[in-house]
Amino acid sequence: MLRDWLLVTVVVALLGTATAVGQIVQRQPHLGLNAAALATFNRRVRVWWIFYALLLVAFFSPTLTVAIFGLMSFEALREFITLTPTRRADHRALFWTLVFFTPFQYIIVGYNYYELFSIFIPVYAFLFIPARVAIAGDYKRFLERVAKIQSGLLICVYCLSFAPALLYLNFQLGDGVDRHAASPNDKARLLFFFITMALLSEAFQFIWSQLYGRHVISPTINAARTWEGLVGGSASTALAGMLLHWATPYPLLWQSAFMAMVIAIMGFAGAMTMSAIKRDRGVRDYGTLVEGHGGVLDRIDAICFAAPVFYHITRHLLGVG
Amino acid sequence: MLTEFILTSLARFLSGASVRWIDCQPDTCQRVYFANHTSHLDMILIWSALPANVRKLTRPVAAKDYWDRGPLRRYMAKTYNAMLVDRKEIKVHQSPVDMMLREVGATDSMIIFPEGGRQAGETVGEFKSGLYYLAKKRPELELVPVYIDNMNRVLPRGEFLPVPLLSCITFGPPMWLEAGESKNDFLTRARDAVLRLKEVE
Repeated sequence: MLRDWLLVTVVVALLGTATAVGQIVQRQPHLGLNAAALATFNRRVRVWWIFYALLLVAFFSPTLTVAIFGLMSFEALREFITLTPTRRADHRALFWTLVFFTPFQYIIVGYNYYELFSIFIPVYAFLFIPARVAIAGDYKRFLERVAKIQSGLLICVYCLSFAPALLYLNFQLGDGVDRHAASPNDKARLLFFFITMALLSEAFQFIWSQLYGRHVISPTINAARTWEGLVGGSASTALAGMLLHWATPYPLLWQSAFMAMVIAIMGFAGAMTMSAIKRDRGVRDYGTLVEGHGGVLDRIDAICFAAPVFYHITRHLLGVG
Repeated sequence: MLTEFILTSLARFLSGASVRWIDCQPDTCQRVYFANHTSHLDMILIWSALPANVRKLTRPVAAKDYWDRGPLRRYMAKTYNAMLVDRKEIKVHQSPVDMMLREVGATDSMIIFPEGGRQAGETVGEFKSGLYYLAKKRPELELVPVYIDNMNRVLPRGEFLPVPLLSCITFGPPMWLEAGESKNDFLTRARDAVLRLKEVE
């Protein structure tokens, strides 16, 4: 209990400071700071607030958390599909994807049917989609169209659903006589660790790229991502993971560091993949695609790639069977 | 009131509609909103995109053969305060344009779809002449072009289940019938005004 209050205090203090600094600096135009960079910073801070508000919910109601993640998936998927050209014959497949597969995945996560939710989309949905498109009778660019719908469903829905699934992971804590089942708060802290590391790794990679970035990884995809940023960012995230070890269920210190590093690398992979898709479609952000829509996909790309990998390695490390 | 709220919210959710006003502001002055037409939800969407005070004074014009069939559709049309126009039997002494102008009087605005029916895909069809006669009989009405983007993917012609993608409604700068402008020139100009909103970033 004390640990949770400590977490809340630290997070609110840090974010409060960041918000205050951002707002104060914004009111001091004579400092001559880059206005665009400052606006980005303030926007980022707002995103952090939203994520931590969501994490606070996780401490009280896992069901509500699953529902909120479900809505995020839904919004992200409709951004993804809106951006991707589909043909008239894909209509029914898209209908089932958005109206049935997306909510159903979150329902089975909420009931913790691990055997089903871990394969439901990659097996059943992925076989249904090409069949439904084929029945609609339009064979033009068939594989490409099917792949578009499948990728959207995999990244936006299947992958993201593993983040709230952490709240239902039944692991054991402590050893010997002291061994006991994890409480709901222990599980919520695991989600807290995951989201915090994902957000931090983005920030660290950005800072390292800005300060020491020399070698751009793939200029045609994303000019802001450098090797220095990836290596420095992942190392910093691993260090931050060690500092947060007391809040994680991992028995060993190196495991916290390792998991933080996994999140950083997977987050990087997710951001690169989304950049490639955006480049192909000729947009900078999913958010600018439709005015008034927050660009959910821009914010969760790193989390989407990291979530299933984090879930499965954690499951293995904690010996859940 | 409640029906209005539920239907408006549902239409907004299903279409994920965002609304943009370009060189134009919502106003209670008398207007004719004319838009491209791809789905049955279009009427509801434009109507719900307007602020509540404007909405109260705005009447969509809809096809009688569709909206007068069955109690549910009739009820919905009533909720939107729609004017139902007979597309099948157009009588000389009772032309739809006269009927519409009589209905809106000196206060109400209207929403019309000058293509005369839903189009398949992204194309915007040729405009029917109703818009021209409206402008000729009431030259002081503001004609506001509206472009509805992506609704052809949300609910294409021939489908009855909507896919909740994101769509966008753009209101453009008002236009009027120029002095001495021919029917064809005017209708082409009006259609271009709608098409231009498609390109606006």
